[in-house]
Amino acid sequence: MSQEIKSKRSGLWLWLPLALFAGFFVLVMTGLLSPADRNVASTMIGKPLPQFDLRPAVPDRPGIATAQLADGKPRLLNVFASWCIPCIAEAPQLEAWARQGVPIDGIAIRDRTEDVQRFLSANGNPYKRIGADDLSAVQLSIGSSGVPETFVIDGKGIIRHQHIGDIRAEDIPKLIEKLREAGQ
Amino acid sequence: MIAELGLACLWMAGALALLQLVSGALALTSRGRELAGIVRPVAVAQGLLCGVAFICLIALFLRTDLSVKLIATNSHSLKPFIYKLAGTWGNHEGSMLLWVTVMALAGAFIAAVERRLRDDTMLATLAGQAFVSIGFYAFLLLSSNPFERLAEPVPEGQGLNPLLQDIGLAFHPPTLYLGYVGLSIAFSFAIGALVTSDVGPAFARAMRPWVLGAWIFLTVGITAGSYWAYYELGWGGWWFWDPVENASLMPWLAATALLHSSSVLATRNALRAWTVMLAVVAFSMSMIGTFLVRSGILTSVHAFAVDPERGSFILALLVIYIGGALVLFAIRARTITEGARFAVTSRESALVVNNVMLSAILGIVLLGTLYPLLTEAFGEKVSVGPPYFDPVGAIFFIPMLLAMGVGPLLHWRNDRLGRITGKIAIPALLIGAVLLGLALFAPSLFTPSFKLLPFIGMGLAVGLAVASVMPLIGRNLRRTPLPTWGMVVAHLGIAVSLFGVATDSAFSTEKLVASRVGQSHVVGPWTITLKNVEPIAGPNWTALEATMAASYDGGKPKIVAPQARNFTSPPTVTSESALLTRWNGQLYAVLGEEADDGRWQLRLWWKPFVPMIWYGGLLIGLGGLLSLIGRVARDMKRSRAEEKIADRRERQGR
Repeated sequence: MSQEIKSKRSGLWLWLPLALFAGFFVLVMTGLLSPADRNVASTMIGKPLPQFDLRPAVPDRPGIATAQLADGKPRLLNVFASWCIPCIAEAPQLEAWARQGVPIDGIAIRDRTEDVQRFLSANGNPYKRIGADDLSAVQLSIGSSGVPETFVIDGKGIIRHQHIGDIRAEDIPKLIEKLREAGQ
Repeated sequence: MIAELGLACLWMAGALALLQLVSGALALTSRGRELAGIVRPVAVAQGLLCGVAFICLIALFLRTDLSVKLIATNSHSLKPFIYKLAGTWGNHEGSMLLWVTVMALAGAFIAAVERRLRDDTMLATLAGQAFVSIGFYAFLLLSSNPFERLAEPVPEGQGLNPLLQDIGLAFHPPTLYLGYVGLSIAFSFAIGALVTSDVGPAFARAMRPWVLGAWIFLTVGITAGSYWAYYELGWGGWWFWDPVENASLMPWLAATALLHSSSVLATRNALRAWTVMLAVVAFSMSMIGTFLVRSGILTSVHAFAVDPERGSFILALLVIYIGGALVLFAIRARTITEGARFAVTSRESALVVNNVMLSAILGIVLLGTLYPLLTEAFGEKVSVGPPYFDPVGAIFFIPMLLAMGVGPLLHWRNDRLGRITGKIAIPALLIGAVLLGLALFAPSLFTPSFKLLPFIGMGLAVGLAVASVMPLIGRNLRRTPLPTWGMVVAHLGIAVSLFGVATDSAFSTEKLVASRVGQSHVVGPWTITLKNVEPIAGPNWTALEATMAASYDGGKPKIVAPQARNFTSPPTVTSESALLTRWNGQLYAVLGEEADDGRWQLRLWWKPFVPMIWYGGLLIGLGGLLSLIGRVARDMKRSRAEEKIADRRERQGR
């Protein structure tokens, strides 16, 4: 009798590896079916822009200082560089936004004046102001680690959203929504 | 023509695998017994056809046949010969073909040579092997055909990525692959043995060379990968507990446990169900590893080979094979009778400790790797790193090392600790002496915080190095069998690696400086002077190269020249670290960026004994190789002797 019970119990024990494997399967399926946002959200979101004052990157546009970015209107702050290929890819999107009247400011990262000029003449200039960030200091302080990145800033100069990578057609609805939220 | 020939061979091989599965399975029933005769020849034919298909793909790559899609996207007529060859498996389709080819050839080899297993177990093994291959044939033929033609041949291939032209990268992935495939063979043996409940020494002996072979490849692959990350990434680290690294470590841990438990089964006919289980786990780990890497489900610095569709396919295969095998295990394991018993003080017990500890470490690594996924399911992001893996792993690693020092000295079945006290005392005293010496003469270990693990590690490493050669004491070295030598060398390798790891983390000195040209800096025993920084150009990159004079302890200066390289297509910046190796460590120099005041960022490390990590890894692999040669030689001798006996009997009977 006790023998029988013992063998039954050890029988259940043998299903344990299968149960563990089933657990693994459920875990990866939830992971596969709900692909999480892989980008690390900036801790700067919801915080005001840090203080900075950047010299103009090109002669025909002013530079950027923090105070100018809190003028009551929501805007986009685009971090770009002339040496960055995806920045060329997103240029038409920014152009279209600028034409619709969305204010866009740019920060050129580690760039030379003549290179930025060449980049803008080739790909269009959607920017109201362009600041030169020669050592990535401002870039890092606003929580950006690469180019291109685009921030939605509300009228009080608070960072509302961070878009990492180039803006593609499918990203536009989300950015519009974030801009609208920032405008409220 | 070659592409069509290759594709035809691949289809036929796939069909033969199906035939092998069906006939092998039917031959196990009473009605289909006549089919038993065809299973072995079919397996051999399948292996040969698959081999031909792979040779066709190699030929296409060597000729750079740009009408084939795979070659147009992955090769280039101007590539050096060796990279054209390596290009064959340097892509998804080609690597899958390499995988099935090795698997099919291994199956053919088993079918042609293996005579130790019972007939029905052999049939079930070959059917199991065909079952595994069919999934991969389906994967290749249905969703990733390597021989696909382009409607219009292209003028030139696209595969001249300079970053991938690295001899290490050309051979590191296939090395790991061979390890994974070897474990798939072990898996087939386990399936065969489970189906017929024939788990015994013959099964262990037949399986063991494959496990050993797989384990050697995994060891070498991990060692090479670790060294590559060390010199190429420029972070000065050699192991990051990155998911992809863990994916290669987990099969190795399982294979190490399997290796030891199959020794117990082969010699003493004990640990039967456990060994079968480990064979299933080892192959599961290689499939899970492949899945985690390819599906991109975990974020990793290695996220280069990511494709969700392929990930899902691998997951489906995983569920079929591993789920199936575990169901089979749950049903059949009860019919596996208990093996021979053994006393608490015996070599078996030491090996059980080894197995339990290795499995625990495996569980910890698996948990740590999957944990981010688990918390993400609950909406929280975490990353798991050294603060978890190092101490929690050590809890099990240290007892395992102790068992490793004592176990090989014990007799099988039953022994007394008193018998080997003398042999244990020497390494034990050494450990004590090293720890005392460190406590007295290495104050840097205790300030600012006590580095406990490196402290223990150094003591254990020295003790273990001595303990690992103890099994040779009192033996006639010429008559000591090769597998024993293999064990000694491999265990010594563990001690050597451990020493490198511990000294590196205990005494490594790092300096991050902003240096003007002409300035000198002191790092450990080195004085390093920045001579100049100049632009230089290579075939497809430009770089800034820093020339530094490094003098050890006031000796004659040597030149080290780290570079920061800019590749043009695709635009990539890499840092080429400069290494200066001495017998007692390595100087590691990286050139960073220029600050606006004209100073240069330099990262300088002095890493005492760090190369021993990889020397140890190679020693472990060498130990495996010695053991494999010894085992195969012994098997061949035995089968020849058995043939002679059978021959004589036959003649006498007449």
